[in-house]
Amino acid sequence: MNTATEIAYLVAAASFILGLRMLGSPETARHGNLLSAFGMSLAALVTFFGDEMENYGWVLFGIVIGAVVGVIAARLVEMTAMPEMVALFNGSGGAASLFLGWVVHLSTSPNFFTASTVIMAVFIGGTTFTGSLVAWAKLRELTLAGKRLGGAYTFPGQRAINMGVLIIALLGGVVYAADSSGSVAAGGLAVGILLSLLFGILLVVPIGGADMPVVIAVLNSLSGLAACAAGFAVENAILVVAGALVGASGFILMTVMCKSMNRTLVNVFAGGFGATGGGAGTVVDGVVQPIMAEDAYYLLEAADSVVIVPGYGLAVAQAQHVVREMSDLLEKSGADVRYAIHPVAGRMPGHMNVLLAEANVPYDVLAEMDDINPVMGTVDVCLVVGANDVVNPAARDDECSPIYGMPIIDVDRARIVIVLKRSMGTGFAGISNPLFFRSNTRMLFGDAKTSLQQVVSEFKD
Amino acid sequence: MIDDWFPLALVLLLSIFLGYELISKVPSTLHTPLMSGSNAISGITLIGAISAAGAAHNSGFSQVLAVLAVALATVNVVGGYVVTNRMLGMFKKKEREGDLS
Repeated sequence: MNTATEIAYLVAAASFILGLRMLGSPETARHGNLLSAFGMSLAALVTFFGDEMENYGWVLFGIVIGAVVGVIAARLVEMTAMPEMVALFNGSGGAASLFLGWVVHLSTSPNFFTASTVIMAVFIGGTTFTGSLVAWAKLRELTLAGKRLGGAYTFPGQRAINMGVLIIALLGGVVYAADSSGSVAAGGLAVGILLSLLFGILLVVPIGGADMPVVIAVLNSLSGLAACAAGFAVENAILVVAGALVGASGFILMTVMCKSMNRTLVNVFAGGFGATGGGAGTVVDGVVQPIMAEDAYYLLEAADSVVIVPGYGLAVAQAQHVVREMSDLLEKSGADVRYAIHPVAGRMPGHMNVLLAEANVPYDVLAEMDDINPVMGTVDVCLVVGANDVVNPAARDDECSPIYGMPIIDVDRARIVIVLKRSMGTGFAGISNPLFFRSNTRMLFGDAKTSLQQVVSEFKD
Repeated sequence: MIDDWFPLALVLLLSIFLGYELISKVPSTLHTPLMSGSNAISGITLIGAISAAGAAHNSGFSQVLAVLAVALATVNVVGGYVVTNRMLGMFKKKEREGDLS
């Protein structure tokens, strides 16, 4: 590595750090991302034109294919499908680390330390790869042999099997690292590769759709760690720096997500709510008060302050644009409109914010849970669009509820709550929601988009 | 061959703490772009993959693996940055006066 390359890597590292820092504020975020992309391009360029390069054609071939696929995918993806896209990009990064580790094994005869990092790059990369593919399939709600993949699949002895796989993989890794050019080494590596792929599947299969934000964050973190391990294997500090930054970022998001669901990471990976929670909590009986779009219009029209609480149902119904249209009409008639976003609403961290941004909702009318809850009592109408568990008062009041302790948006404290919902079915977690039976709750049944369109047309008449 | 593993380990340690400090400050509004933007950075494996695929001494099979690594890492890098840029382009502040939309 010559001095020019080293300087370029230093500049790249600085770009990543500054870029991430600039991602911390909406005003500078876009420039931050561009800066980070500049650093990456610079690092790739100096590597490409470095001293030890011979096969320009092959490298260029790989880059062109990858770039075309990446650009097309990134341009065509719909904002509602963003979690799937992030999962796929994650998976391809993981697979790249797996292959790079493998190449290092084939083309050099690594010593003990390098061999340990090779096996780690391979194992973490492989786990990230298949884990991301399973997450993608779940997010797409694909079906396999007639079964919905979106659900949480648990089976007896799951933890024992996962631990077993990890232990065997660890043994394979030790065998490999101890004698990486010996006759058993190839076997050790092969065991490591196969088990990493298997482990990724086993890890994500038991996790239900509502826990996807945690999974995506974990996979993000793992893809960084895989790059880090690969950096040790090829002795390149830029990989270590960048990988560690991503590892830390995924870790923080994961912690935030877990905290917002009042769950531990172990709890999430052990399986969905229903599988470990035991029951659906105290069953609530009461009178549901259904209303028509016209009634909703009268309630909204009379309100001075309105808070809209979006959930995953907003994404499913693609209702972000009509929500925005309605909030514009409300503002025109003099109401103060805000959006309250729960940290785990949707299928990945910040999912709702992106959808609303797509619909041109300015980000400064979006309020976080902790900011909106204290003033909820002064809100005239709270409109819940496709959210369920994150507004379930049982999480606050019912100690028998499996989600007891999870922080929620206190929509029930508003004067009137209008809940847009398909039917009276329970939410994803299968937990009964006493909110629907409160005296200040009105239920507007039907597809969220259609219902909102009806409300909007009432405004226009 | 790494005989002197210590400097890289030190770099790792410091980067983890730096990353933790940097990212703790990101507001939840930006969590998705943060995730996809940092995801693009994790495609840094590309640098190692370019060196590996460009090296002269590869056998046929390891050359295929190395080129695959280049292509996959590029998907991660390019896709990640483009999609993040697209998303961030949509984040707008409220225009109190003369909202033209």
